[in-house]
Amino acid sequence: MSETQRARLSISIAAGKGGTGKTLVATSLALALNDDYPGEVQIIDCDVEEPNAHLLLQPEIIEEAAVHVLVPEVNLELCTRCGECAKACQFSAIAVIRQAVLTFYDLCAGCGACAYVCPVGAITEVQRQVGVVRAGCVGGQIDFVAGCLNVGDQRATPVTKAVKERISPKRISILDAPPGTACPMQETVEDTDYCILVTEPTPFGRSNLQDAVDTCERLGVPCGVIINRDGIGNQGVDDYCAAEGIEILMRIPQRREIAEAYSRGETLAEARPQWRDDLVEMYKRIEEIVSSQYVQEGVS
Amino acid sequence: MKVAVTSKGKDLGSPVDPRFGRCPYFVVVDTETMTTEGIENPGALAGAGAGVAAAQLIADAGADAVISNLVGPHAFAALKQGGIAIYAGAAGNVKSVVEMLKKDELGRLEEPNAELDAGAKRRG
Repeated sequence: MSETQRARLSISIAAGKGGTGKTLVATSLALALNDDYPGEVQIIDCDVEEPNAHLLLQPEIIEEAAVHVLVPEVNLELCTRCGECAKACQFSAIAVIRQAVLTFYDLCAGCGACAYVCPVGAITEVQRQVGVVRAGCVGGQIDFVAGCLNVGDQRATPVTKAVKERISPKRISILDAPPGTACPMQETVEDTDYCILVTEPTPFGRSNLQDAVDTCERLGVPCGVIINRDGIGNQGVDDYCAAEGIEILMRIPQRREIAEAYSRGETLAEARPQWRDDLVEMYKRIEEIVSSQYVQEGVS
Repeated sequence: MKVAVTSKGKDLGSPVDPRFGRCPYFVVVDTETMTTEGIENPGALAGAGAGVAAAQLIADAGADAVISNLVGPHAFAALKQGGIAIYAGAAGNVKSVVEMLKKDELGRLEEPNAELDAGAKRRG
């Protein structure tokens, strides 16, 4: 396969906690890579509970698609109030309280168990909208996709799944993950080629990093670390990475100019050209790591 | 009438627990005979949906009313639509609040008074 035809990497950017700089890294990386790989980069905002990549990238949105999940609808005339549906539901999303049958769509996981166990076929699964996927373009070149969960809805993963369906194998995909290590983060990181974990060099950052590294290991996704706000805190993150053999890909120093640029809605790549080169170098390093892993897997 | 009291224990002498979905036990009391049934609440340590599960639990136990203090939006909707009366002002032990109910000293709860997941954040 020639250089231009092979599948491009998908890289998720995650962190064990919020506010460490995931979006700063994701948006900067996308912009930096677009200079070297024009028209071949895609940024996907998977933080569907609070998408914010659009604030920095100002994309032109050209398409908006609804995301649906399946929820039960009960035919009360057929229903015998036997309560089998409520017993089957692991999420307490359906209840039969005396003569009342209640459904709580915000608790529903859409598994269909209630409809499956209903002895009289009184339950049908119907579609309910939980969010949207917005697709567009940044500066005419970078493909932009973002998911947005409806306010009040709690289950983010159906929206994350819908967003990830837009991953293009022809592009380098940068996925901005939601904070933490719960289901929405796992849904984002799973099946990506590599995960960049952004952390701060503090005891809190180290603890959250460890959770994120464990999660990546369980998902089978190789990971490396970017230390943001380098210079504050202590050596804990460095010591942990050294002990565990986790590569520190980049260090972003604690500098007022970075915070100021970010607060104006500028990315690292725009704030200082040197960062652009460092980000591209980091991408090339990740390409090496991932391809060497494929070779290793092929041998074993 | 059978009334379910949110409680820290299984019998009439047990202290009342303020939370509905996350109380460790329900004590279902027959107000005529004062006979009781203590039911463990599996929702005490469950994930989301504890209030609905608790409403289902006490409805299945035949309760016509609930005495509690903090009832979230899911539990409130389930109880209200199922026609189970909700009384607030639980304090002291199970016996004393049932006596208060009998003397008409407890107020009815007309709307949910706890946030979603509030009980999970407020253990003990």
